[in-house]
Amino acid sequence: MALLQISEPGESAAPHEHRLAAGIDLGTTNSLVASVRSGVAETLPDIDGEHLLPSVVRYRDSGAPEVGKTALAAATTDPLNTIASVKRLMGRGVEDVKHVGTHMPYAFVEGESNMPLLHTAAGNISPVEVSADILRVLKARAEESLGGELQGVVITVPAYFDDAQRQATRDAGRLAGLNVLRLLNEPTAAAVAYGLDRESGGVTAIYDLGGGTFDISILRLKRGVFEVMSTAGDSALGGDDFDRAVAGWIMQQAGIRDDAGHHQMRRLMHVARDAKEALTAASATGVTVALDDDRNWSGELTRAQFDTLVDPLIRKTLSPCRRALRDAGIRAKDIEAVVMVGGSTRVPRVREKVGGFFGMEPLADIDPDKVVAVGAAIQADILAGNKPEDEMLLLDVIPLSLGLETMGGLAEKIIPRNTTIPTARAQEFTTFKDGQTAMSLHVVQGERELVSDCRSLARFELRDIPPLVAGGARIRVTFQVDADGLLGVTAEEQTTAVKSSIEVKPSYGLSDSEIETMLKDSMAHAQEDMQQRRLREQQVEADRVLEALRAALAEDGDRMLDAGERAAIDVAALHLESVRGGSDNRAIREAIAAVEKASAVYVERRMNNSIRQAMAGHRIDEFEQKGEN
Amino acid sequence: MAVDLSSTHFGLFGLPQSFTVDLAQLDSRYRELQRAVHPDRFVNASDQERRLSMQQATRVNEGYQVLKDPLRRGRYLLELTGYTFNDEHHTTSDAAFLMEQMELREALGEVRAAADPFAALGSVIDRVTSDFDGLAGDLQALLEADETDHDAVADTLMKMQFFRRLDEEAQELEAALEDELD
Repeated sequence: MALLQISEPGESAAPHEHRLAAGIDLGTTNSLVASVRSGVAETLPDIDGEHLLPSVVRYRDSGAPEVGKTALAAATTDPLNTIASVKRLMGRGVEDVKHVGTHMPYAFVEGESNMPLLHTAAGNISPVEVSADILRVLKARAEESLGGELQGVVITVPAYFDDAQRQATRDAGRLAGLNVLRLLNEPTAAAVAYGLDRESGGVTAIYDLGGGTFDISILRLKRGVFEVMSTAGDSALGGDDFDRAVAGWIMQQAGIRDDAGHHQMRRLMHVARDAKEALTAASATGVTVALDDDRNWSGELTRAQFDTLVDPLIRKTLSPCRRALRDAGIRAKDIEAVVMVGGSTRVPRVREKVGGFFGMEPLADIDPDKVVAVGAAIQADILAGNKPEDEMLLLDVIPLSLGLETMGGLAEKIIPRNTTIPTARAQEFTTFKDGQTAMSLHVVQGERELVSDCRSLARFELRDIPPLVAGGARIRVTFQVDADGLLGVTAEEQTTAVKSSIEVKPSYGLSDSEIETMLKDSMAHAQEDMQQRRLREQQVEADRVLEALRAALAEDGDRMLDAGERAAIDVAALHLESVRGGSDNRAIREAIAAVEKASAVYVERRMNNSIRQAMAGHRIDEFEQKGEN
Repeated sequence: MAVDLSSTHFGLFGLPQSFTVDLAQLDSRYRELQRAVHPDRFVNASDQERRLSMQQATRVNEGYQVLKDPLRRGRYLLELTGYTFNDEHHTTSDAAFLMEQMELREALGEVRAAADPFAALGSVIDRVTSDFDGLAGDLQALLEADETDHDAVADTLMKMQFFRRLDEEAQELEAALEDELD
């Protein structure tokens, strides 16, 4: 072991503050939290040594909800208050629940914003709040293990998640008091965990069959850059369906009727899961279920029978595999590695079929339950700034096309799926009435032609359009998708340069005011008042601005600024420093704005300079190569 | 002294403004640029820098998409000359092209009824690809001629656009046929 650490010349001598960061796999069945400690990414266990937290929350009429194993244990006795597989409900609408929730025993009520609420002993709870309750437990676990407050987290989502589902996940993080640095696609996280970016590279398929979702992603890895070439999947297919297939078989064999009660169904699912897990190693397993009339039914399930039951489900995963290959413009033989993710890939038949499809033995060395959290932790560590020299960069794509509703209920694509994000597309619209000052846009996500076959994302109301003759106004609407895959819309009338104000009505998500209310409620519990929280948020932002500025000035302030520009920035920064410690949240906000204004030109110059440097470096390399020849 | 970054996609990527693009070079410059501007590099920066980073990364992505694709690249080069291109109102009187267009549409329409739909579709896609590539060659010659015939360029782009659309339809049909197998 090295006793002395010798730093490279040019490397900062000042001790770098290690920021506590974690990766969270918010799964359908289980959730995990992982962090990089002493250079090693590992999942963090709870007090009992358990790494997996069952994604189950039980609400009671008083006290905090139970999360995890104790909640799972109560699932059979208290099914209506015990929420499992809530991930399937994230970003979903009331009418989706009729489909998705067919097998969910919960009592749904309609919420204000078309979001299904779960009626429980603790009141009506949104899926976002249930997820936030899971995240809070993981946050507490991480902060306990790491011995400090988390500065930022990366939360993983299925690559196939649409905008509403991603937004709901981000909202859950916010509700749980987490600083979400990035939403990361689960398959990308898995590739990071395997360190595939460190290798020579190539095209990799990530086959992720979890409890409730299936994703296939084709990634190209090249010199530290991960590029998602395509993604496909099924957000309502997973290991739970395997259990259901086995449960169906048991019901048929044991003569249990289709209208069995909640308790009976839960028991059956439990027995089915045990049988499935036993068949990973064994070629046959005994199955026993208690019947309603106090008798037991016993039988035997062989591996061959099990394979027949799950084959149709596995086949259902191969269709998205073909689609992903086609979208990436490659054939199965071009794939250089297949990575297995998700507990359901322990099923030998899955490995066999997937291996057969891609023509190679899949990679499964890292625990398929932990691999996503481990990758998220590595990414969180880099994003938090703990490895400034790391070259890794993830380039993601938008999984589903974004479209606008046009005449006749047709969807016109504005951003096609698999476009690398961030991305933007501007489109011009005009008014069709004299003096028209408002306009409505309906944004949908999906590949189908009819709006009714796509998912409704949001309706945008454009207001304050200057009144002009019909066809006279030219409104340029810009759809911007950020690096998390979330959509933002801005609009400007071109002839007058008047910005339109936009009101967003998310079709399924929570509005900002609803989140604000929930935050307030949860604050009440935490006995911390809203005012204080806002102040703290402003102080954190002030620190971030000052720290970034200081680092930038130290690096190139002398080169890029003349004395006058530098003085203006220093004055603004000094002022921010002086108000930062105070308790006036507005004064801090204004001082931040003043610093941003004073340094706007500088920030832009730095960005342009970094682009130039990136290009200049190349030219020099090529020149030198030519010189050698 | 400074490179004008607001200029063109070619300028941004430090490539000569020409239809011929070294794709390997484009690829590696794309990655270099994203390493410099991508939002992941700015998660701890101020809101202002994060906004700017998103805008720049968006521009780099857009430029990459345009330069990578011969059709979009050709169209972009034509637009840089100030030529306004109007898809909907542009028509051609090229009889051979119109005939090819009809035949391919017909062939695509008959795929489902074929004894081996995948083979039939495969031969349509091969023909569409070779037509497209042939036109891309024409486009290169036109754009790199001493005196560019803008109308001829626009005409070629329109034809390429047609084959591109046909290719997309063929891909969708392939997806639909595969889904029906499951």
